Amino acid sequence: MVLVPILKAEGLSVDYFTQRGRLHAVSDVSFSLEEGESLGIVGESGSGKTTLATALLKLLPMNAEVVSGRVEIQGMDVLSMDEESLNKSLRWRVVSYVPQASQNALDPLYRIDDQFVETVHAHVDMPREEILHKAMELLLRVGVEPSKLRSYPWELSGGQKQRVMIALSLILKPKIVILDEPTTALDTIIQAQILELFRELKEYERLTAIFISHDISVISNVANRVGVMYAGRLVELGSSESVFYTPLHPYTQGLLKSVPDLRSDTPYSYIPGSPPDLVSPPSGCPFHPRCPLAMEICKKINPALEAYDGEHLVACHAVKR
Amino acid sequence: MRGLTLEATELWKERALIATEELRVYFKVKGANRPLKAVDGVSVSVEKGKTLGIVGESGSGKTTLAKAIVKLVKPTAGRIYFEGKDIYKLSKSEKKQFRRRVQMVFQDPFDAIDPIYSVYDAVSEGAKILGLTRSKSELDEIVFRALEQVRLTPAQDYAQRRVTSLSGGQRQRVAIARVLAMNPDALILDEPVSMLDASVRGEIMKIMGDLKIQGKTFVMITHDIATLKFFADEVVVMYLGRVMEVANSKEITRNPLHPYTQALVAAVPVPDPRYKVKSLAKGEIPSALNPPAGCPFHPRCPLAQEICRTQVPELRRVAPGRLAACHFV
Repeated sequence: MVLVPILKAEGLSVDYFTQRGRLHAVSDVSFSLEEGESLGIVGESGSGKTTLATALLKLLPMNAEVVSGRVEIQGMDVLSMDEESLNKSLRWRVVSYVPQASQNALDPLYRIDDQFVETVHAHVDMPREEILHKAMELLLRVGVEPSKLRSYPWELSGGQKQRVMIALSLILKPKIVILDEPTTALDTIIQAQILELFRELKEYERLTAIFISHDISVISNVANRVGVMYAGRLVELGSSESVFYTPLHPYTQGLLKSVPDLRSDTPYSYIPGSPPDLVSPPSGCPFHPRCPLAMEICKKINPALEAYDGEHLVACHAVKR
Repeated sequence: MRGLTLEATELWKERALIATEELRVYFKVKGANRPLKAVDGVSVSVEKGKTLGIVGESGSGKTTLAKAIVKLVKPTAGRIYFEGKDIYKLSKSEKKQFRRRVQMVFQDPFDAIDPIYSVYDAVSEGAKILGLTRSKSELDEIVFRALEQVRLTPAQDYAQRRVTSLSGGQRQRVAIARVLAMNPDALILDEPVSMLDASVRGEIMKIMGDLKIQGKTFVMITHDIATLKFFADEVVVMYLGRVMEVANSKEITRNPLHPYTQALVAAVPVPDPRYKVKSLAKGEIPSALNPPAGCPFHPRCPLAQEICRTQVPELRRVAPGRLAACHFV
């Protein structure tokens, strides 16, 4: 059986205009997503995860520009669509996006029920009664008292707001949900609850998802495929098993060793230095100034993301293929 | 309840560098008819050169406890001891010494900093206010040495940089250098790495490990029990202003006894797809303004029985060197 990807990004590059010049937030990113898959994107702050996610829905801020590339979702050429058709036929109906710090994405002046109604009305016509009925079902599904529909966002805890945001993202039964750092800023136990909820929803609602996190341990809980971003590039992509058990990129390896692991007594380490300035990125491979394996070629030529073993791809000169 | 690390004799107060005894910090809240009990009867202690970890969710009272130790909030009841002396009964010169010897490192202290502030300004400030130096060259020496201790080298170059031009990890190192410039005996750290990217957290913890080797005493407040496993000697688990469990950091992560600690440990994600987190505690931490009767954890506890709803379990010795407040441990 040949699987047709439901989402495809090809050679996507996004710049921001800043006072200091162009900042290359996302550079030449290609990947595809198949139905039922849960793709985890991991990367540190400034690695381009959020820019990538918002570019997929053409939700980039005013000072951003798609320099090159294509995004195809269910046969639609997203980057050539205008706002109206994006709202009517793509956003929320096919792909919904739960932004980072979405606890703050809810408008404090509106009750939860009004936020459901307003969100739905931005995309389709549906009677208020029907929306509220669906909203109540969804709130129950994500573990929030349906009576909370009459609450204001500030009356809810951080965990409840995150659950409400997840319910809101599902209201139009989208094919794909993009969750951007959905557990950041939550306490560990609440994070575990949200991760469990996500796994349940994925199983019962057969969600296709892109799950973005700076925390590689969170990604291992939710993803069956993992993409690792560094300095705006996808540096490794593969099944969860291959990336976690045979990490190939020195950055992925370093990141995995940086996690304090409760199961072992081996002290954790770190990656010296900090991520590059993307206004004037280093020549060659952007990781070379921090890389323990850096060679002469790494300073000159940026390695392409290429297959190592079947579906396991890596962008590194030091990996023997 | 007595000293936790040491045997239940009066000796613990003197042997500990810092100790609290039945500490209570209550806040008046507008419109509420009872106080918010942020810290409600906490006795903890840390010996010189050791590291005490305090873990709990937001709302557990851990930051208030830390602030009480550095005299940023006033206790409602109970005592705080520094080298066996009540910190509210120090002489004038002892008070001045205390202000230098116990320092708190805040989470992202430069969040709202003046953009023209240099690293030198930030690091020298405390030492200047306390009047620790007599000359500019002495101050320079202290600042450069502190920057070297946090590995911001060459120190002279970093000193000239604007704080706002630094990365998150570098700023946190400046925050540590800032207190090191005062040459404290004890550092109270409030979530020193939780805002930082994973790849740089280890470096900060390594710097603190080096300071530990030099004999500094630490109290580290965090919601992340995994970091404490590798940094703390002893761990205190707090919930709604009370201590739930105390044990050696390796023991408490390997074999947590209190159901709340078990929930904290089971919720820590590990980078291995075979192991998934489990949420053993349902619901969320209630408001400290309206805490549940009996054991504060009972509404979320998988083991809760009738007795838990009515009787507060006492913090008692359940194994050598281990304390827990649970009717069923």
